[in-house]
Amino acid sequence: MKIKATILNGLQLAGLGAFDPVVRLLSGENPSAQLPKIGQFILMPIGGFALFLAVWTIAASSIQTRYGSIPNPKAVWVAGSQLLAAHQKTTADRQQFYVDRDKQAKEYVEKAATLRTAAADPKNAALKDRLDEAAVKNDGLAASTMKRKYAGSPSYLDQIRTSLLTVFTGFVLASAIAIPVGILCGLSPVFMACVNPFIQIFKPVSPLAWLPIVMIVVGALYTTDPSEAWFEKSFISSAITVALCSLWPTLTNTALGVASIDKDYINVARVLQLSPSSRVFKIILPASLPLMFTGLRISLGVGWMVLIAAEMLAQNPGLGKFVWDMFQNGSSETLAQIMVAVFTIGGIGFLLDRIMIVCQRMVSFDSAVSA
Amino acid sequence: MAFLELDGVSKSFTVNGKTKPVLREINLSIEQGEFVAIVGFSGSGKTTLMSLMAGLILPDEGEVRLHGERVTGPSPNRGIVFQNYSLLPWLTVFENVKLAVDQVCRGWTTERKRERVLEYLKMVNLSPAAQKRPAQLSGGMRQRVSVARTLAMDPEVLLLDEPLGALDALTRATLQDEIERIWERDRKTCVLITNDLDEALLLADRIIPMTAGPGATLGPSFAVDAERPRDRRAIAKGAEFKHLRRELTEWLLTVARQQPTLPVSAPSSPQHPVVSGAAT
Repeated sequence: MKIKATILNGLQLAGLGAFDPVVRLLSGENPSAQLPKIGQFILMPIGGFALFLAVWTIAASSIQTRYGSIPNPKAVWVAGSQLLAAHQKTTADRQQFYVDRDKQAKEYVEKAATLRTAAADPKNAALKDRLDEAAVKNDGLAASTMKRKYAGSPSYLDQIRTSLLTVFTGFVLASAIAIPVGILCGLSPVFMACVNPFIQIFKPVSPLAWLPIVMIVVGALYTTDPSEAWFEKSFISSAITVALCSLWPTLTNTALGVASIDKDYINVARVLQLSPSSRVFKIILPASLPLMFTGLRISLGVGWMVLIAAEMLAQNPGLGKFVWDMFQNGSSETLAQIMVAVFTIGGIGFLLDRIMIVCQRMVSFDSAVSA
Repeated sequence: MAFLELDGVSKSFTVNGKTKPVLREINLSIEQGEFVAIVGFSGSGKTTLMSLMAGLILPDEGEVRLHGERVTGPSPNRGIVFQNYSLLPWLTVFENVKLAVDQVCRGWTTERKRERVLEYLKMVNLSPAAQKRPAQLSGGMRQRVSVARTLAMDPEVLLLDEPLGALDALTRATLQDEIERIWERDRKTCVLITNDLDEALLLADRIIPMTAGPGATLGPSFAVDAERPRDRRAIAKGAEFKHLRRELTEWLLTVARQQPTLPVSAPSSPQHPVVSGAAT
């Protein structure tokens, strides 16, 4: 009984309330109460999806494009499997490349060591200079070999990973700016009045407008040698663009949360004579967390949408670039692969949103969370 | 010199450019250890009066003094129990009380603070609920937490702003008994605001009715000399209480008749103080 309650609570928390009746049915609760719910919340969505696939299949065969007919669901499935297979091949290739590289570098190092031993031998005194020279040359070869990086194109899963990393970086950057500024806005009407014009003007700006500026500025400021840089320029440009476009919902929601804090809580703080800092950290922040998380959730959603556009233009090796490359390639598989990307983008967006809902439910003290 | 004094206090609020007087010429002096109840109609400015005493708002005219010193802002030495509990919903019961203890008992060891929190939770019979959150508690239990939080600040004056107004009759009765028991323990100066005459008769040494607003002020004091703890049945039936209740009700209704803005045709309407069993 206790396990059941835990599972039901977990499902509720994760926003998977649709599976609630299944658990209840399996645990032996009255089927006549649970079956209609299963029908409504599980069978109906499955039915809807099946209908969608059917319409898609029929429509696909009747539309001809310059790349052939629109791929049907099966073709997309095949394209997805091919991308996975290609990923496995790329991974194997890459591993082999690095094994070979390390092996070769090791050979150079060993050769250098042999040459040095020979040079140290008094018998070879006449050849000492030439031997030393050769040893140094081999050292150099070893070092340059170790610097070599796998040059093959990244696989589909690598691109997903880059995209996730980019959106996460942008999101963290956006939150780091938006939360403190939002708190200040909520606390001080004067500050809010100063900042509000910027918020209102920059909020509706498309990522496509930001990107060129960001790329130019990043290009001017980020001058580290590419072989030593931790991040690629395109990665930084995309992440900053994501941050610029996604910080607004967090900012405005945090400001609203702080400004609309229940007056009673403030009265409690006043009677207790809390210091300004404990007032912020003990009363104002916890009280505005639910709205702040609403903002963070919207921000992450916006960030993920913006990211694809930013990657397309910045040529950051992620999903956006994948879609663009496929479009440029123009092979018979183009459309199917782009559709795989569409489903991937949708699926990941959905997952990110779910994760944020769980976080939001965990921090909110009132049970009123919109789904 | 009285312990807590209100001297010619007036307060008005400006809404949409119109200035509305809420309280005018409030004079009140309360002795140390006295339990005073202020009764009045809903909306007559009782909560404003309480906020003035707590220092949450400042008077337009006149001043509030605590042992001769002018009140210029809120402070833990005037502990207020709010009508709507004002508990912090993200903290447990224990943490809610601890917030007050941390603030008042600076420099104490963690263990000593913990003991103090538990002591006050025990006083309001909430020890088993220490780790619950306010949302998991009933209204009566929430108000007990609020009382424990205020008492844990060890205030010089206890201000109770319609603390039981939102509770059902049975919970009310239980909590009234608890307030009586806790007050008996160290007889802190206490001001109770209520619209329940029986509650005032049960708890107070002195009852002061308030005229209806706008521009409300205080009426004459009615002393309640009965022995403590008072018996609920005696309050319902006893001749002395009946007499007091009748006088108070008469006073309040007479004042209400002079105020054309209030409906006086139906004396039992919820706008009026609760006068159960009153012979009007």
